[in-house]
Amino acid sequence: MIVLRRQLPLVITLIAGLTMAGQYYVPHPASEELLTSVTKWLQIIGGFALVLGVSSLFHQHAVKIRRREAGWGYSLVLYAGMVGTIVAGLWADGKESLDGVLTAFGWVYNYMMVPLQGTMFAILAFFIASAAYRSFRARSREAAVLLVAAVIVMMGRVPLGEYVLPVSGDISQWILNVLNASVRRAILIGVSLGAVALSLKIIFGVERSYLGGGKE
Amino acid sequence: MSVESIIGAWVATGLTLFIFSFLYRDNPLFKLAEHLYVGVSVGYTIVKTYDTVLVHLIWKPIVEQHEWSLLIPVLIGTLMLARYVPQAAWLSRYAFAFIVGVGAGLAIPRTISSFILKQVEDTVRPLVALVPGEGVVLTWDLLNPASGVNTIIILLGVSSVLFYFFFSVEHRGPGKVVARTGIFFLMIAFGAAFGYTVMARMSLLIGRLTDLIGYADEAYGRPTLWLTVLTVSMLLLLSRRLKSEPPQEG
Repeated sequence: MIVLRRQLPLVITLIAGLTMAGQYYVPHPASEELLTSVTKWLQIIGGFALVLGVSSLFHQHAVKIRRREAGWGYSLVLYAGMVGTIVAGLWADGKESLDGVLTAFGWVYNYMMVPLQGTMFAILAFFIASAAYRSFRARSREAAVLLVAAVIVMMGRVPLGEYVLPVSGDISQWILNVLNASVRRAILIGVSLGAVALSLKIIFGVERSYLGGGKE
Repeated sequence: MSVESIIGAWVATGLTLFIFSFLYRDNPLFKLAEHLYVGVSVGYTIVKTYDTVLVHLIWKPIVEQHEWSLLIPVLIGTLMLARYVPQAAWLSRYAFAFIVGVGAGLAIPRTISSFILKQVEDTVRPLVALVPGEGVVLTWDLLNPASGVNTIIILLGVSSVLFYFFFSVEHRGPGKVVARTGIFFLMIAFGAAFGYTVMARMSLLIGRLTDLIGYADEAYGRPTLWLTVLTVSMLLLLSRRLKSEPPQEG
């Protein structure tokens, strides 16, 4: 059984990994077709992964409601929101609008999801600003550099900032396009080297944590 | 003005104000909107996944075009659900092995090509240009990212930051100077990223406030005004109730 439970998954990873890595170097229509099919396959399998995530969320809140834990009413609200959206979505065949007319699903998207999402991210502006106020005091030279760069970029992105300091727009663009770009590039190169090393370790069975623990 | 637009304006305004109420303190109105947000988002994702995956990638191709090969990913996906049966949970490893193997295989050549070689190529560019009549020219235009001086700065930034993260040699002597330069580049980039993020959030905030101002119109029944009064009243009521409650022991 150890072959089926432990070694066969490693063989599957090896074959799938080598095939897809090799596919890149084969300029043939069959190779391109393989890539298209496998990409579609991954989308399909990803759909099943969603079932795992959603059922976990369902289970967590169902337990909360069953045990009447503190805030169980909010779990009911979550269920109501989820079920209501699913019903509206299935009723409208997953379309936000039909012949230019807003469906119930589109209404949920426009008047519930968009405002909630936008406001949820918008209030982060206040928290980021207050966190910055507390932690951005120029205690060292490095912190001072960070503070100055942040202030210039913030000023350069609003008309008021450019009005107060006319060159802030140009300096902001220079910081973003040159200094920031160079750091991003260095980090990207480093991360990519790590990703390639990890991928090789996965394909050749050195890294196996994705298989999980449990019984052999 | 249609009825659904008016109801929508009231719902959107109410939910926006409930979320903003968190700026005062954590309260039941915020929690209600927060849980509704999670529920609606998950519901939306489920519907979109159902429509994209189940209908358009599985059902229609198999039933209408007889693409039987699609049963293979369906089978692999089903194996994932074996996690719910403890005796057969190990079967889900096949699904994960396939996904991880394909992902790793796809990543290697593409990452090397796009994120390593291409980035190195863009970093190591000619510092000078040969202009007819002017000879060899080093351009000093700071606002042009492709100018000679910016090429030098980018080369300096990439090399010093990479060296800073290279821990196989001790950062001493000239190495320390290079690593310190890398730190300064990093600090500038973090500052820029912070400033950029703050302004993006501000833009969202302006969008929400613009909506609230729009919904204060009489055509909608002034939901912004009424619901602001209602939200503030409820927050005051909750605050009073909290003050009057005896402190919990323990």
